[in-house]
Amino acid sequence: MQSRFLYILPVLVFLVMAIYFAVGLTKDPKILPSALIDKPVPEFSLPAIEGGYGKGFTSEDLKKGKVSVLNVFASWCIPCRAEHPFITRLAEMKIAPVYGLNYKDKAAEALRWLKELGDPYFAIGADTKGRVGIDWGVYGVPETFIIDGRGKIRYKHVGPLNQEALDEKILPVIRKLSK
Amino acid sequence: MTAEIGHFALILALLVAVVQATVPLIGAHKGRQAWMAVARPAAITQFGLLAVAFGCLMQLYITSDFSVLNVVMNSHTDKPLLYKIAGVWGNHEGSLLLWVLILSLFGSAVAVFGANLPPGLRARALAVQAMIAVGFYLFMLLTSNPFERVFPVPINGRDLNPLLQDPGLAIHPPMLYLGYVGFSMAFSFAIAALIEGRVDAAWARWVRPWTLAAWCFLTGGIALGSWWAYYELGWGGWWFWDPVENASFMPWLAGTALLHSSTVVEKRDTLKGWTILLAIIAFSLSLLGTFLVRSGVLTSVHAFATDPARGVFILGLLIVVIGGSLALFAWRGPALVSTGLFKPVSREGALLFNNLVLATAAAAVLLGTLYPLLLDAIGGGKVSVGPPFFNTVFIPLMIPMIIAMAIGPILSWKRADLMTAVNKLWLALLAALVAMAVVSVLRSEGPLLGIIGIGLAAWLGAGTLIELTGRIRLFRAPLGESLGRLRGMPRAAWGMTLGHLGLAIAIAGMTGAGAWKVESIQSMKPGETVQVAGYDFAFEGVKSSQGPNYSIVEGTFNVTQNGKPVVTLNAEKRVYNVSSRPTTEAGIHTMFTGDLYAVIGDEEDNGGYVTRLYFNPLVVWMWAGVLLMMFAGTLSLTDRRHRVGAPKKHQPSAATAPAGA
Repeated sequence: MQSRFLYILPVLVFLVMAIYFAVGLTKDPKILPSALIDKPVPEFSLPAIEGGYGKGFTSEDLKKGKVSVLNVFASWCIPCRAEHPFITRLAEMKIAPVYGLNYKDKAAEALRWLKELGDPYFAIGADTKGRVGIDWGVYGVPETFIIDGRGKIRYKHVGPLNQEALDEKILPVIRKLSK
Repeated sequence: MTAEIGHFALILALLVAVVQATVPLIGAHKGRQAWMAVARPAAITQFGLLAVAFGCLMQLYITSDFSVLNVVMNSHTDKPLLYKIAGVWGNHEGSLLLWVLILSLFGSAVAVFGANLPPGLRARALAVQAMIAVGFYLFMLLTSNPFERVFPVPINGRDLNPLLQDPGLAIHPPMLYLGYVGFSMAFSFAIAALIEGRVDAAWARWVRPWTLAAWCFLTGGIALGSWWAYYELGWGGWWFWDPVENASFMPWLAGTALLHSSTVVEKRDTLKGWTILLAIIAFSLSLLGTFLVRSGVLTSVHAFATDPARGVFILGLLIVVIGGSLALFAWRGPALVSTGLFKPVSREGALLFNNLVLATAAAAVLLGTLYPLLLDAIGGGKVSVGPPFFNTVFIPLMIPMIIAMAIGPILSWKRADLMTAVNKLWLALLAALVAMAVVSVLRSEGPLLGIIGIGLAAWLGAGTLIELTGRIRLFRAPLGESLGRLRGMPRAAWGMTLGHLGLAIAIAGMTGAGAWKVESIQSMKPGETVQVAGYDFAFEGVKSSQGPNYSIVEGTFNVTQNGKPVVTLNAEKRVYNVSSRPTTEAGIHTMFTGDLYAVIGDEEDNGGYVTRLYFNPLVVWMWAGVLLMMFAGTLSLTDRRHRVGAPKKHQPSAATAPAGA
């Protein structure tokens, strides 16, 4: 009887594992922990892209009572190219200003990228050395943050935005915060 | 057109596999020879079709056909030919195609070389192989078709991830897959044996070469991956307990256990249920590795496909294959009667101990790899357990095993006297103590574990040599007789001796590189000198140049020791043109005592460069030890007993040809 159980044990262990896998699959692997959720945005002041237009932005711009979006992008990042149309779509809705954080990029390449694909951003700050990115806990590019009117980070999306992420995550959060 | 031919070949292969999975199985059950005979031509046809499909994809890559999505995503016209070819398996869809190609290669090898297998066993094993293949073909055709077209056709491709554009990594996946998929043979034979309800020495002798071949490839694959991480990632480390590394290490641990327990089945007719279970586990862990890497349930630097839809499919496949085979084991396993009895202190006992430790180690690695997933499933958030967990669990497990490794081969089968064995090993104990004393004087400030590691390496190395001298009766018989015995030693025995020696050398290397690594990270301007472990690294400056599809910043370091020149190291930083992604090529100088290792980083505002300089002791021992282990495995594979009974015409390479083909 006892030895019979020993033969059954492996399949039981595996079944428990399979249940965990199944549950694990329902979780989004892209959601990474962010210690910054519900924390105020880090203090920073970023210049515009060298040779570009505008005048960059600072942490103060994100605390002006309006919900805003911060998108981390770079010309060397292939997924950013894929997400660009959705950032444009989000910006065109005009429900929240979309700030661009140009991460560890060369000015000339960033400007060429924006010229080629279009510039959807309300303002762009150039983080050439990636120092501000570290304060924001940037894990990989692209990443998108939603900041409430008082300058608190309320949501973080890792990886490129697509229509699904926009409809099911980004827009509901913006709408909820805008109420 | 080429893409369509490839796609069509894949669909045909699926149909052939469906036939191969069912007809021979029914035939074997009902005892119909003609039905059973379907398995062999079907297995060979599958391989032919897969070779066509794979050839098509390779052709698409070589000619840069950008109407195929997979080529667009992973290739570029400027890429050197080697990486156009390696690009075929440097991505999710292509790597799966390679997986099934190798699966069909092994299947056809059984069909061609398995003439002396009992027909029932052969038909059933090939049917099980085909079932696995059906799962993978469906997965590819439904979720990951490598031949998908794209319209409009892009002008150029997006290039292969630059980190993967490296000769080491070009051959790493095929090696690893030969290992992973090789365990499918042991698995298929295990399932066939469960269905038949019979496991005997002949069965073990048949499974052994496949397991050995898979083990050799997996060992090589892991070592290549580790070597790549060492020189390409530029962190001076060679093992990171990354989920993807663990995914290949778990089947290795289980496979090593299987290798040892199948010897017991062959020689002593016992541990049958356990060996069957190990065969199932080794392949299950290979599948799990595929699942972990491909499904995106775990985030990792290596992962190149994360798509939950695929994850659901793979999970389904896992439940059917692993759950199904374990259920079969629960049902049929108790019917396998072992006849050989043995005392705890005996060769069998030592092998069982080694098996239990290896299985526990594999379970610990599995737990550490899946723990983040578990925690996430119960709502604990995403975390990752790092090297601290693995090192505290894994190392204490290995210490008793290595101590036992020197004792086990000296024990006799069935019943042995521990004291007699220990008495023979006094010289090994002495060697270990001397080594530890020397190390503690030389490296007094190092961690205790370093001293223990070197002691274990000396113990195992000396113990293995003592076993060899005992076997050939060195100093106890005339020298001529000893040499005669040495020449007459079976290759499998040489395999054990050299394999254990290889591990001893590798342990010394791992201990050295782990315990006494010296690293120094700083900003250096040209002309400055930094001393690392007694070596003076003088930074000469940088120069820029162009590679085939990347630009190079090359930093030069003149290394001297006490004023005498040692070597000039060139550390490169490459930026790939298409993706603008940087990679590092560390400057490495290998010496017997350790590696000098230099990496150049970003330029600072003040004109200096971030440089990382390392002295990694004994690293070359680690690679040498692993190479010796692979050689030992290959040698054992050519042992005469694997060829006995094989028909004359296949005689020279009945066991090795499938692996080498």
